Amino acid sequence: MPEFHFPWIEISILVPLIGAMWVHIHGQRENTTAHAIVCCAATLLLTIGELLDFLFMGTFEAHDHGRLLSWIFNPEFFVVDELSAFLIPLSALIYLVVVMSTLRTKAPRFSLRLALLSETLLLATFSCRSSWALIGLLIAATIPPYLELRQRQRCTRIYVLHMSVFATLLIAGYAWLSLTDSSPSSTLIPGALLTAAALLRAGIFPLHLWMTDLFEKATFGTAILFTTPLAGAYAVMRLVLPIAPSWALQSIAVLSLTTAIYAASMALIQREARRMFCFLLLSQSSLVLVGLELVTPIGLAGALCLWLSVGLSMTGFGITLRCIEARISRVSLIDYHGMYRQMPMMAGFFLLTGLAAIGFPATVGFVGMELLIEGAVDVYPFVGTFVVLAAALCGITVLMAYFRIFTGHANRALIPMNARPTERFAVLMLTLLIVGGGLVPQPGVSSRYHAAKELTNQRVRLLGPTGDGDASHSDDQADSHLEH
Amino acid sequence: MITLQTTFQTLGTAVIVSPVILLAILGLSGLFNRALSEGSISRLTQAAVLFTLLPAIVILFLMLATGIRYVPVELGNWVSIPEQDFHFSLKFAFDRLSIPFAILSCVLCGVVAEFTRRYLHREEGYARFFLFYAVFFCGMVWSSLASTIETLFVGWEMVGLSSALLVAYFHERVNPVRNGQRVWSVYRLSDAAFLTAAITMHHLTGEGDFGGLMSSGVWPEGVAAIEPGQALLVGSLLLIAAAGKSGLFPFSGWLPRAMEGPTPSSAIFYGALSVHLGAYLLLRLSPIVAVSLPLQIMVLTLGIITAGCGAVMSRVQSDVKVSLAYASLTQVGIIVVEIGLGLYYLALIHIIGHACLRTMQLLRAPTIIRDYEDIENQIGTRLEHDEWAGARMLPGTIQRWCYRFGFDRGFMDIALDKYIVGPFVRTMHWCDRQEQRITDWISREQSRESEDIDLHPEEMGRAA
Repeated sequence: MPEFHFPWIEISILVPLIGAMWVHIHGQRENTTAHAIVCCAATLLLTIGELLDFLFMGTFEAHDHGRLLSWIFNPEFFVVDELSAFLIPLSALIYLVVVMSTLRTKAPRFSLRLALLSETLLLATFSCRSSWALIGLLIAATIPPYLELRQRQRCTRIYVLHMSVFATLLIAGYAWLSLTDSSPSSTLIPGALLTAAALLRAGIFPLHLWMTDLFEKATFGTAILFTTPLAGAYAVMRLVLPIAPSWALQSIAVLSLTTAIYAASMALIQREARRMFCFLLLSQSSLVLVGLELVTPIGLAGALCLWLSVGLSMTGFGITLRCIEARISRVSLIDYHGMYRQMPMMAGFFLLTGLAAIGFPATVGFVGMELLIEGAVDVYPFVGTFVVLAAALCGITVLMAYFRIFTGHANRALIPMNARPTERFAVLMLTLLIVGGGLVPQPGVSSRYHAAKELTNQRVRLLGPTGDGDASHSDDQADSHLEH
Repeated sequence: MITLQTTFQTLGTAVIVSPVILLAILGLSGLFNRALSEGSISRLTQAAVLFTLLPAIVILFLMLATGIRYVPVELGNWVSIPEQDFHFSLKFAFDRLSIPFAILSCVLCGVVAEFTRRYLHREEGYARFFLFYAVFFCGMVWSSLASTIETLFVGWEMVGLSSALLVAYFHERVNPVRNGQRVWSVYRLSDAAFLTAAITMHHLTGEGDFGGLMSSGVWPEGVAAIEPGQALLVGSLLLIAAAGKSGLFPFSGWLPRAMEGPTPSSAIFYGALSVHLGAYLLLRLSPIVAVSLPLQIMVLTLGIITAGCGAVMSRVQSDVKVSLAYASLTQVGIIVVEIGLGLYYLALIHIIGHACLRTMQLLRAPTIIRDYEDIENQIGTRLEHDEWAGARMLPGTIQRWCYRFGFDRGFMDIALDKYIVGPFVRTMHWCDRQEQRITDWISREQSRESEDIDLHPEEMGRAA
């Protein structure tokens, strides 16, 4: 396996960890947020370096240079492939913009130390392939939000209940899988356990209550950081996709589609902005899962494109809401607030990110959504059209939220609520990516399609061309099937 | 040496790109918080309209001079996956249908922009209006000239968004905003039908290209290369999309609500262009309509019902803009009937004439009382108001029912709220309550902090 020219992954994982320790040692000071921003920016630059290095290598996967932590981990412990190569910088970007948009007055509530720690865990998760380490990291990543809930003296029962089940299913499923051979009949039960765990983490209906509860009780920043990188979808890709037969995945896709429509419908009737955001995100992330579970190259490519667009747009949407919350406290959607006059830039950005999330033309989500619908209709000609319905309902929600928050009321408050420079920078960075990705989608789509093809190829090698677990076909047959 | 082909390509590109440049400039100035002056915005808009209109006229003259009836302009693939035969081509076509409609769009957009320059002078939302106007203009030009259903969809969506945002232009009042939301909701659901039709068409023909779909001849002589059953499926979906966009029955309820926007946007959207876009879609895909007799009957029926409802409703409105909107709807219904009967050229001429008349009427609407006074002063007597003679022939109960029908705007909004929105909201509220019960039970306490939040935390002195 090719090797990176520099230990990008290890350093990018270590930097936020060191940052977390730095913040812990220095405590909450006036410039702590600035230190955290520097730390997140450095991490982002490192992950971009890793992505560029990976792209120039032109390979499907590569392992880290491995000089720093080789005494702890196997040299091939951290591996980046075409799936994770884009997800790692995306995650780093999400952390950077969330930390950048944290107002100094709100810093005591939002634990920067825990945020940096969870960034370390997330980057390590996305750099790991199917292994006990991945299981451990997925479980460990659930701890920082728990600690925050405890710090805030909120009830943790719902969160703990769901995450305990998640951890148990993961451990049981992977242990069972490690003990069995790779025949389809023996992987069925461990596969089902792992699938249930991944779907729980992804918040699939009716296992989504922990998500709404987290958005209710945790800080908005933590909730965004825990949900928008779609770690549940990553668990599906790493743990379920290589072993589950196509019929099982495509059946789960129907469940994901049901969640997408349910969440989109629920988003429409919410009376508070955070809950609306939670359901909107759930609907969009379920659509990503639909594409992943279709296991066709075009559906998978659509899902991978949508994954990036959901990460960018929903983070942007979320940080805008968070900025508003930071100024006026939690936002009711029962009535109109008329905030446009106070924050016109945020209003524009809110609308842009919302439209990108629903796949509006010329935004980053458009082509991904088109591909996803195409893939869904290919597999389920009738049911697939419900993807369109989910997107339509989300579209109605986005404009409803925009109108409720920014219009409909003559707000004459004299308190300045303009975006701060760091907020403006975060907003502009995301805007450029959302619009740029929408206007020039070809490089992203080509890369995601190539990744989708390689992932499908791997699946065919493992499970056979029909994806039913019959791996008796040779690699050549698999390749020819794909080409066909 | 410059060939005719190169000339067409260059001019065609100018037509398509000019509105995009306007949108980019106005959008970027807003994004980077660099406000342009009213004069700059106005001049930029005039220039963009001119650089769209003039090349279109030159193309028309060249086509007439050379006898060429179809000029494709390809800007390449926006995105493509050759292995999967997936491609999103930016293809445009200048033909007997698209050129008149594109020129009509440019002329009316230019007139309205010039009117707005004075009408909204020193208004706080001047720049915002022109930004949405640029989105609309771009959407109209792209929709008019689109040669693939995907490109048409892009323009279609832009028109829808700008329309909803302009209805809510006076955004410090609740009613315009509510009405903008209503318009957007109807558009989104009908756009879902459009997107489904586009994908179905992709699956049936392997491409979304109108040229590929019409196996022989250019508009209006093309013959659809699909079976009648398939045409009925695709055509029905497109009919829903067209009905939503043009406010045909049973979606007419949003049309009077859309009049909350400023007069220039009402004129351009609901008097002139946007309201005809549905009819334009049916014209563009008329070969599909021609293939299936049941579809033709559906189109005819929809047109007749819409025209009838529009005629009744327009007669009992107390607001001049709403009355004009329903009068427009009546004409759009008749245009749809013409399409159903296969009178395509007549429908196109009807669209052009009607759009121009309605724009003029709507732009004069704010000063209609003064206009009447002027006329009365000049003729020296009151203007006579003739009642519609046909109504007297009807029995009293029917007259009263018709009045109620028209006054309640065909009961369409009431029916929509009662039979679709109401049950949907109730069902989802029930689900929400069940979720709350479960989370309360697990938490053993009140689990929703969001239940106790302030309604208006942004009020003076209460912000953080």
